[in-house]
Amino acid sequence: MILDQEQSLSTSNTFIRKKWSYRLHVDIPLFIALLILLTLGLFILYSATGQNMAVVYRQLTHIIIGIVLMLAIAQLRPQTIQFWSPWLFIVGVILLIIVLIVGDVGKGAQRWLDLGFFRFQPSEILKLALPMMLAWYISEFSLPPTAKRILTAVFMLAVPTLLVAKQPDLGTALLIASAGFFVLVLAGLSWKSIIGVATAIVASTPLIWNYVLHDYQRSRILTLLNPGNDPLGSGYHIIQSTIAIGSGGIYGKGWLNGTQSHLDFLPERSTDFIFAVFSEEFGFLGSLLLLILYLYIIGRSLVIASQAQDTFSRLLAGSLTLTFFVYIFVNIGMVSGILPVVGVPLPLISYGGTSIVTLMMAFGILMSIQTHRRLIGN
Amino acid sequence: MAQLDSLAIKDHLRDEQVFNSRLIVATAFSALFILLVISRLIYLQIINQQHYTTLSENNRVSIKPIQPIRGLIYDRNGVLLAENIPSFTLTLVPEHIKDIPELIKKLQKIITITPADIRRFKKRLKRKRRFEGVTLRYRLNEDEVARLSVKQFTLPGVEIRAELSRHYPLGELTAHALGYVSSISEKELQKVDASNYSGTSQIGKIGIEKKYESLLHGKIGLQKVETNASGRILRVLDRELPVPGKNLYLNIDIRLHAIAAKAFEGKTGSLVAIDPNNGSVLALTSFPSFDPNLFVNGIDTESYSRLKKSPDQPLFNRSIQGRYPPGSTIKPFVGLAGLELDIVKSKDDIDCSGYYLLKNDERRYRDWKKKGHAETDLTKAIVESCDVYFYDLALNLGIDSMYSYLSQFGFGKKTGIDLYGESAGLLPSREWKKRTRRLPWFPGETLITGIGQGFMLTTPLQLASATATLAVNGRHQRPQMIYAVEDPKIKILNLKPPKSLANVQILEQRNWDTIHQSMKDVVHSLHGTARSINRNLKYKIAGKTGTAQVQGIKQDEEYDEEKVPKKLRDHALFIAYAPADTPEIALALIVENGGHGGSVAAPIARKVIDAYLNTGTER
Repeated sequence: MILDQEQSLSTSNTFIRKKWSYRLHVDIPLFIALLILLTLGLFILYSATGQNMAVVYRQLTHIIIGIVLMLAIAQLRPQTIQFWSPWLFIVGVILLIIVLIVGDVGKGAQRWLDLGFFRFQPSEILKLALPMMLAWYISEFSLPPTAKRILTAVFMLAVPTLLVAKQPDLGTALLIASAGFFVLVLAGLSWKSIIGVATAIVASTPLIWNYVLHDYQRSRILTLLNPGNDPLGSGYHIIQSTIAIGSGGIYGKGWLNGTQSHLDFLPERSTDFIFAVFSEEFGFLGSLLLLILYLYIIGRSLVIASQAQDTFSRLLAGSLTLTFFVYIFVNIGMVSGILPVVGVPLPLISYGGTSIVTLMMAFGILMSIQTHRRLIGN
Repeated sequence: MAQLDSLAIKDHLRDEQVFNSRLIVATAFSALFILLVISRLIYLQIINQQHYTTLSENNRVSIKPIQPIRGLIYDRNGVLLAENIPSFTLTLVPEHIKDIPELIKKLQKIITITPADIRRFKKRLKRKRRFEGVTLRYRLNEDEVARLSVKQFTLPGVEIRAELSRHYPLGELTAHALGYVSSISEKELQKVDASNYSGTSQIGKIGIEKKYESLLHGKIGLQKVETNASGRILRVLDRELPVPGKNLYLNIDIRLHAIAAKAFEGKTGSLVAIDPNNGSVLALTSFPSFDPNLFVNGIDTESYSRLKKSPDQPLFNRSIQGRYPPGSTIKPFVGLAGLELDIVKSKDDIDCSGYYLLKNDERRYRDWKKKGHAETDLTKAIVESCDVYFYDLALNLGIDSMYSYLSQFGFGKKTGIDLYGESAGLLPSREWKKRTRRLPWFPGETLITGIGQGFMLTTPLQLASATATLAVNGRHQRPQMIYAVEDPKIKILNLKPPKSLANVQILEQRNWDTIHQSMKDVVHSLHGTARSINRNLKYKIAGKTGTAQVQGIKQDEEYDEEKVPKKLRDHALFIAYAPADTPEIALALIVENGGHGGSVAAPIARKVIDAYLNTGTER
């Protein structure tokens, strides 16, 4: 069933419509939607930083690097990606262990690895490497996986998640864990097991509360339950961001006119809390449009996942897409005050190189999966 | 793909089915979560928009007060008595400073910073936000400002700020009349409209500054400012300008203060001068004085305790609070009562032998002149200040009549001057003695009241006001400090009219004339007790000297000024008005422990009157 590339080009009727874009391995709808979103992000960032062009240029650099990497990865065949998955995973986990020992401390957490010429967060690698690893492992055999395989997979999932949580970086750990979890769910993990895992998590809540969570994490959860409790302390973020969003109203205050955000009331406004800036300036309608843009990207990615031609590609595409969704949901949920504050950026809009580059690489994988398909004879 | 064998047993169709069914479930869940987010946004942005808009407005807009400029104070000739000058303070902004103690050490090498300054600074530091300046030193002098300015670029977070501060250019000359402003206290804040004072740090403590506080202060201005979360002002949205305080013109002629101050040098006492025609207070002085500027930015404890502990009591305003026996200066008033009640007329002249005896009383009521004044009528009794005549007159008048006439001149009552803290003095009566001492009135007490001794006490202001009333035949005017109020914007003077009080009830004009003539003779006749000041006078002064005993003299004792400690020596008094026929100025003055009124007090009066009438002495 694996046909030679050269042959497939010559006998066009056996292939999926081979448009010029597919030859370049670009999925046009996804690419255009991403470009719109990234451009919008630059405008929001311009406003959120108090019209600081320097920051916007830096973010533009991140975006360009991200696009280049996305296009580069899209050129790889899914099989190549599959082949490298276990190696990437192993390297990632080793780097996580190194970072725990020698990593740079930034903002009270040990996340960075300084390679001299650039600093990066190994945890970002795992956002891609873990779903790749699990998809590779599960797709070896028919679905649904056996109980033994599931247990092995859970172990693979637990190791990097705990390592990242230990840094501590709860947001990234959550994203890594959900990426792995989605692979298992999409692979047909039985509902019984899912409910079992959920029950186990609920049952272990007191243990997690007392031994796993840090003080600041506990206070964030308490704050969510009652933000008025400590309005100038830990409740401050949530109170100020809900005021920003709420005061935006239906139509918003207009671009560059958000008072909450520009007057320093809003903390972390160019990174994790950028949604509040957007929502204050563009209102409910703007937020709805942003959600629609996100949903379009998710929808297109789900189509790619469902059209994928092998189990590895399906599982990976599905997992990456759903993780992207978790990104959006957790970030907006946190900023609008329905989830505790965990450090999850608004994907492709929040300022920050690592997040954008990793996400663009994920979309590179999706494009690779979509554009390397060929017609399967019925 | 390496695992060809596993591929062989894979059921692709089933894989796809499992995957797709799960994908549908996941999509359904996602849709649910998206709906959750959207409903949250609806809740925040549509249902509760008003609420959050209000919160956001409150968040960013805050109201900051702008201090109004305090009104200026001038004297009657437009001489500036109280102004607002820029004062330099050394202020530290903590957010720009890495190590505050280190910086203070550095600053101490440049200017003086006392441990008290540092203590005050640390106390305030705790209450202020990090970007707000905290003052370390007040009242930097020009030299200090210069030295700091040179080094300022090496001292981040150090600011030299200029603010308006009250200043009294004439210092000691105006202290007791004007009073001063100083830091507003918690108690005072409760008495005033606190919001009107939210931008003000100082308030009038005594004197004119306190009495006319509401006029001088003005109305606070407000600026609506946009602030960020830490309260820093980003821009001003709206501004309501403050209404500056009103300028005051006083009736005071500060030249008279200067002359009095020079004449009183080394002496303690007080001089009050009034325009008898309208009650305008031309001079209100108390000596020694103090520098009111010390109090403006908070007086240091050392200077304060020095002022407080000084035996000369510089902080004590003798003009309105000092209570002195009027001594012989009371005689013209008693004489007037005697004339009006026809007691002088019906009564024979007195043969003064140097003392007076009362029936059933062994005590000798002595005259100040040991050998007596011989044959004495009322005029002679005033001119030469015969005590025996007035003992007899007082006895014939009785305390009730004396009380009735003297109180019409304002003795024993507050004059109602526009200042706080005035003393009422004391005019004794039967009723008063019964109430306070639970004792009947004795005839001997009537006698000594007739020469202004005994229980009777007056303030210099009361005495001046009574003299002024006498000068204009009983047309009693309330003493008034303020002349006019000026709106600094439109520069129009709003005159404050004088207030008339009940006239003194004397029906016969010639009774007034007799007293006026007698008082003129005190200065201008050969035997007048104040004849020493009549040299080269271009106008006529009417006056009366007084010498008030501080300590009672025992029956067989002699008063010898040299032997008595200074504190117990007699007070020298003098009352006068001039020109005698058309009075323009009336005054009373006392030199504490100064000795005789004629020799010590009267010359001071001459200088002040000369200055006021602008004649000067002939040379």
